[in-house]
Amino acid sequence: MAQAPELKLVPTPGQTIGPFYGYALPFEKGGELVNQAHPAAVRLHGVVYDGNGEVIPDSMLEIWQADEHGNVASADGSLVRDGYTFTGWGRVPVDNVGHYTFTTVNPGPTEEGKAPFIMLTVFARGLLNRLFTRIYLPEDTEALANDPLLTSLPEDRRKTLIATREADGSLRFDIRLQGEDETVFLSYPRES
Amino acid sequence: MSTQTAPDESFENAHVLDPAASTASQEEISTEISDAHAAYRQQVLAGAKEETQPRVDFAPYRSSLLRHPTKDLHHTDPETIELHSPAFGQRDVHILESDLTIQHNGEPIGERIVVAGRVLDGDGRPVAGQLIEIWQANAAGRYVHKRDQHPAPIDPNFTGVGRAITGPNGEYSFTTIKPAPYPWKNHHNAWRPAHIHFSLFGTDFTQRMITQMYFPGDPLFALDPIYQAITDQKARDRLVATYDHSITSHEWATGYNWDIVLTGSNRTWMEDEEGEN
Repeated sequence: MAQAPELKLVPTPGQTIGPFYGYALPFEKGGELVNQAHPAAVRLHGVVYDGNGEVIPDSMLEIWQADEHGNVASADGSLVRDGYTFTGWGRVPVDNVGHYTFTTVNPGPTEEGKAPFIMLTVFARGLLNRLFTRIYLPEDTEALANDPLLTSLPEDRRKTLIATREADGSLRFDIRLQGEDETVFLSYPRES
Repeated sequence: MSTQTAPDESFENAHVLDPAASTASQEEISTEISDAHAAYRQQVLAGAKEETQPRVDFAPYRSSLLRHPTKDLHHTDPETIELHSPAFGQRDVHILESDLTIQHNGEPIGERIVVAGRVLDGDGRPVAGQLIEIWQANAAGRYVHKRDQHPAPIDPNFTGVGRAITGPNGEYSFTTIKPAPYPWKNHHNAWRPAHIHFSLFGTDFTQRMITQMYFPGDPLFALDPIYQAITDQKARDRLVATYDHSITSHEWATGYNWDIVLTGSNRTWMEDEEGEN
């Protein structure tokens, strides 16, 4: 890939979300990208941990993903959640034991042979800037073995980005901000 | 939200805080901040790149100690979904949600202000038709949030939450009340400078950001470990609004200007590159 062009303007710094976003940012059905009754509905859930392995009870997560066919949504209406429109985006605060739940679909591959993933953004009190990561589906092992990001990571870190499929079909993805099995967090071109 | 029992920076759970957090003096915190900044300036003199974002590992902000990754961020080239962003529109946000002073039956107490500006990307292009959300304390330094137990009055006419969709030139405008500083539990006698929280989306989801806007000349800037986690003065200045008399309106509200720059889009140049192949 060619070199990304230089930025013309310097980006504004981020700051922590702080402790008091709870009455401002979460919204009704924010975690329901699809209704639970949708035939392809899947529960995506997990826990957010700090460097001592303690749960973080004041974190907020957002996901952004393709639909089950690999199509990128362009419809608005995420905040009103009419129950019919797939907008591909969700937002949830974790609960007071650090646990989160989204109701979504397994994203399809956006190109044939590519490993599908869900993009995740983490905000928390104490976290001075947002963090990005990816949640890969565990099933397509051949695509995972050929994924450019996963293959660039050492074996022990790669697994932090791959969700576990539970017996009932749920996807389990825990987030560790620090410490053993610290989640791999990402940076992208053109951030500064 | 339900009643929370978790550690946080509010007053109701002071007993479960990291003891280091509540016992340090302002002098100790300020010394840690100035040491970190002095070391940063030395690095820049030695040729290091200037920093533009806060450090996520900034010990004077005690809550960051266990909540930052210790490993470097892993650089990756964005793929399909990362080159797009969720869409928001007038279906999502009513036009009146940008006025925080008309959400109740009466006028909120405090200094009425207008905060207006533009959202741009790193190439200087306006970010049009995107969601922008704000939340803030009231004129007494109190949030409506249940976890905020600061003994300052709640204003029944002020919630402190606003939303808007940016205009065709990336422009936004909120009418609100100037928030006050408030105490928190990072260290003894810790006070946050007055600020408004901003949440922003770009054209690529990799541009997603949450930040805080401050007011010019705040005497608490030098003392605040969250603001000072940005080690570079020029970068810190980018979070401070400018008083703008052209936004001020006759016998109604004073005005502040604040433009926000997101990181660069990757979709445009990567698509151009694909087109050339």
